[in-house]
Parts: sequence; structure tokens; C-alpha cells
Amino acid sequence: MSALLLEARNIAKHFGGVKALRDVSLTIREGEIYGLIGPNGAGKTTFFNVLTGLYTPDGGDLVFAGQKLVASAPHKAAQRGIARTFQNIRLFGNMTAMENIMVGRHVRTSAGVIGAVLHDRRTCAEEAAIRRRAEELLHYVDIADRADDLARNLSYGDQRRLEIARALATDPKLLALDEPAAGMNGTETAELRVLIEGIRADGITVLLIEHDVKLVMGLCDRVAVLDYGAKICEDVPAVVQHDPRVIEAYLGGAVA
Amino acid sequence: MDIFIQQIINGLVLGSIYALVALGYTMVYGIMGLINFAHGEVVMIGAMVALTVINLLLGSGLPGVVMALIGLAAAVPVCMATGFAIERIAYRPLRNAPKLAPLITAIGVSIVLQNVAMLVWGRNYHAFPPILPSVDFEVFEATITGVQVAIIAIAALMMIGLTLLVQRTRLGRAMRATAENPSIAQLMGVDTNRIISLTFVIGSSLAAVAGFMVSANYSIAHYYMGFILGLKAFTAAVLGGIGNLAGAMLGGILLGLIESLGAGYIGDLTGGFLGSHYQDVFAFFVLILVLVFRPSGLVGEKVAERA
Repeated sequence: MSALLLEARNIAKHFGGVKALRDVSLTIREGEIYGLIGPNGAGKTTFFNVLTGLYTPDGGDLVFAGQKLVASAPHKAAQRGIARTFQNIRLFGNMTAMENIMVGRHVRTSAGVIGAVLHDRRTCAEEAAIRRRAEELLHYVDIADRADDLARNLSYGDQRRLEIARALATDPKLLALDEPAAGMNGTETAELRVLIEGIRADGITVLLIEHDVKLVMGLCDRVAVLDYGAKICEDVPAVVQHDPRVIEAYLGGAVA
Repeated sequence: MDIFIQQIINGLVLGSIYALVALGYTMVYGIMGLINFAHGEVVMIGAMVALTVINLLLGSGLPGVVMALIGLAAAVPVCMATGFAIERIAYRPLRNAPKLAPLITAIGVSIVLQNVAMLVWGRNYHAFPPILPSVDFEVFEATITGVQVAIIAIAALMMIGLTLLVQRTRLGRAMRATAENPSIAQLMGVDTNRIISLTFVIGSSLAAVAGFMVSANYSIAHYYMGFILGLKAFTAAVLGGIGNLAGAMLGGILLGLIESLGAGYIGDLTGGFLGSHYQDVFAFFVLILVLVFRPSGLVGEKVAERA
């Protein structure tokens, strides 16, 4: 069994009286594709937001790659190696596809004001490296021909791919994808599946929120199910699929 | 004809200064949606610091241009520090407050800075000593002074530099990303607080240069000079499309030309009823027209590129 990458211990998050997450504990191993599913409003996206530092949890700990993750500082989470995409795509619409990915390199680069002004050799070399990596990633997600188009002018499927490329540009250990197949047709979903498998093959652990059950069951090594903010089940897809608690969460209880 | 050319030249000089100040307004607006009404005061502080240093150096026997440059070199860091402090003290605590709160605060900061300046430098007008060589050039029967040439050239260089910084560098990308969506920029590892601080610092350095230029060109500085200048530069930013860098530059130059030509011809047009001291009317008349007919400005669209 491979090493633990992420360990969430009793994560809790409330919004007023709403308990969005209740003591959620889960472990993700290195190199795994881990699915997080559950009915709408079960707390999946909230968990992502806590994980990436957008929300401060009201309780619990996150241990990432052996170190405690201090929440509430998104740029620190990125530094530690967590990247994500969004359910509703959030690209920098007025920047080109290329520039979007280049912003993603920000966390791994360092040129500042002085470099920008002096334009010294180190800064130029770094800028060239950023550009090169961005080009590689454009090819990787297969949108190289759209490099100089504004992100907002890309097709929906290309925007999803661009968001994944931008996340990959941060050199993540863990890539968290929030409903990447939402709104995609069958062909696009099949291509997405190949892409995600490729990402895992490159050694990046993937955390996947997805409603497309076929995709989740076919792709994930393990799946956790959230319902009303609590984890009700965590296992390999074949077991999860037949777990009575899961069936009840999705379809409602058996009629007495 | 010679008046026309002369007013065009004067307008370009004035417009260059407006453009530099307008860039400060538009950068801050682009990145955090705030109109920093204290920006005009930063311009004033730039002028006052430069003048103070130049007056201290007067007996030193240095060449005039060197004294002027030392004055400018002193003004820039003081203004940068002022801009940094304004953001840190007055705006950062209000980062998540309703938009009206920082706006009112901005007006408050403006009043505070004016009064501090009045205490430090007094209520009197300060004259810019005649240290700069007076070289005049003749262009189509009109005169352009060496100072004016320098103002236009320096302003143009600074605008080109800023554009390159924003469009071509890692820092500029981070600024544009922060302008579009700060929380997503953070997820890419951008320390948005630092970017916002830097935006204020860069805008303030442009303001320092502009302040120096105003006092050198009109040979005068005053604790209250930032107010009207700030309002006009704000008008220029709105005219171009606030939040848009190219718009601020274009708006600044246009406003300078409009004012200058307006002042030059208003006497003839009204048969001597109104004189050139009605110059200020034009800026605000333009502001009203823009707000009524094209609130997004000349260059600005809803999707204007922001920085």
C-alpha cells in the first residue's frame, strides 16, 4: 500500500445553523484516483474549499504530505501542492489561454519587482521557462491551437481543459477536480477520462467530485460518499455501489 | 494658427501629467474596485517633498538639473511609502467591508493628508526656484520649453514601462489575475495582499513624478493642489474607461487637450464674456457628458482589460 498523501481528521464546517461538514475523516493515498460523491448539497464542494484554504474549518485537522495544513491561506495551499478546478469554471476570462497557465506557474517562480524592472538574465530565463512549461501544458490538454485566444472565447470543453492545465501548472501533488465532466457530452467525457488517467500516470494524485456515476465507478480506485455533510461510506467502487446507506442517500429509504 | 499649435503643446504637457495621475486611479480601481480619492494628495506630497529638497540644496552649487533630479529622487520613495501606508492603514482593514466604506475612508484620508501637509508646509504657495535651464524650442511659430519636452518624454517613457510591466512580466500577470478574481489568483499562489500593496506603490511613484512635473511646469506648489488635480485625473480615468490602463493614458491626454484648447478659445467663442480662468469647467463638463452618455468610457467596455 502506498503512502498517505492527505489525511482529513474530523473536519467540520458550519454556515450559521447549517452543518455543511460534520466530522468528515478520510485518507487519500499517493497515486490514487479518489472519488467524492454524494447528493446535491452533501458538502463535497465545501470540503474542496476547506482543503484549498478558501474556507477555514470550524474543527478538525488536515495533514498533507506529512505536514499539518494551515487552512485559510489559499496561496500557501498551492505552495504545498494542492491545486483545484471549479464546478463553475473560473478562468481569468480576459487573459489568453497561455497567460492563464502562466499565472498558474506563479507559485513555483519568484521574479518580483526588481526582476521586472532590471530584466536581468535570471528573470528572462525564468520567464522563458514559464512560457515553455505553459506551452507543454497547452499541448498536454490538447488546446495548443487556442493559446492566444482569450479564455472567455474558448468553447466550454476547452475551458474545462484549460482550467485543468492551469491547475497542473502549479505542479500539484494533489489535483482536486470539481465536477470536471459537468455539461460534457459522451465523447468529451471519454476524452476527459483519458486525460485524468494520464495525469495519474504522471504521478499526480487525483481527488474527483463527480455526478457522472459511470465515470466515477470506472475511474476511481476508492470512493467516499457524503450525505448531509457526513461521510456515510468509503470503499472501492464495487462495494460502494451496493452499500444500502448509499442507495438510501440517493434514492430515499425503503418504503415500510 | 500659432495659438492653436501652442494650445496643443500646452494640452499635451498637461495631458501627460493627467495621464500619469489617472493611471494611479485606474490601477487601484482595476484591482480592487476602489476609487482612491487620496491619490491627488499623494501627487501634492510628491511636489512638496521635491520642492523642499530642492530648496535645501539651493546653496550647494550643484547644477540645476542635478538638484531637480535629487528632489525627484527624494519625492518618489516618500510617495511610495505614503501610498503603501494609505493602503495598509486605511483600506486593508476594510477589504471585506461594503464598497461605500472604503470610498468614504478615501475621502477622509484625503482630508487628513491635506491637513498634515498644511501643518508641515504651511498655507503659503511655494515657488519652484528657477534652477532648470530655460531652453525654448520653436515649433510652427509656437514655443515649447525644455521642461515641457522633458515632461512629455518622461511621461511617455513611464507609460510604456508600466504597459510592459503589466503585459509582459510575471508580476503584471499576477496583477491582472488579481484584478479579475483575487481568490482564484490566490489559489495560483499569488499573494494578493502583496499585489495590492505593490499597485499602490507603483501608482504612487507615478504620482510623485507627476507632482514634481506640475510644480516644475507651473513653478508653484501648495498643500491644496492635489485636490483639483486629483479630481481632474479621476475625470481623465473615467473618460478613458476606469480600470483600463490604455484608457487612462488616452483620457489624460484628451482631457489635457480639451482643457487647453477650451481655455485658449473660450474668450473668442463667448465674445470675451468668459475667460481662460474657466478652464476648470471643461474637465467637469466632460465628466458629466461621459457619465451620461458613455459611463464605461471611451476604451472601456464591460469586459475591459483591467490591471
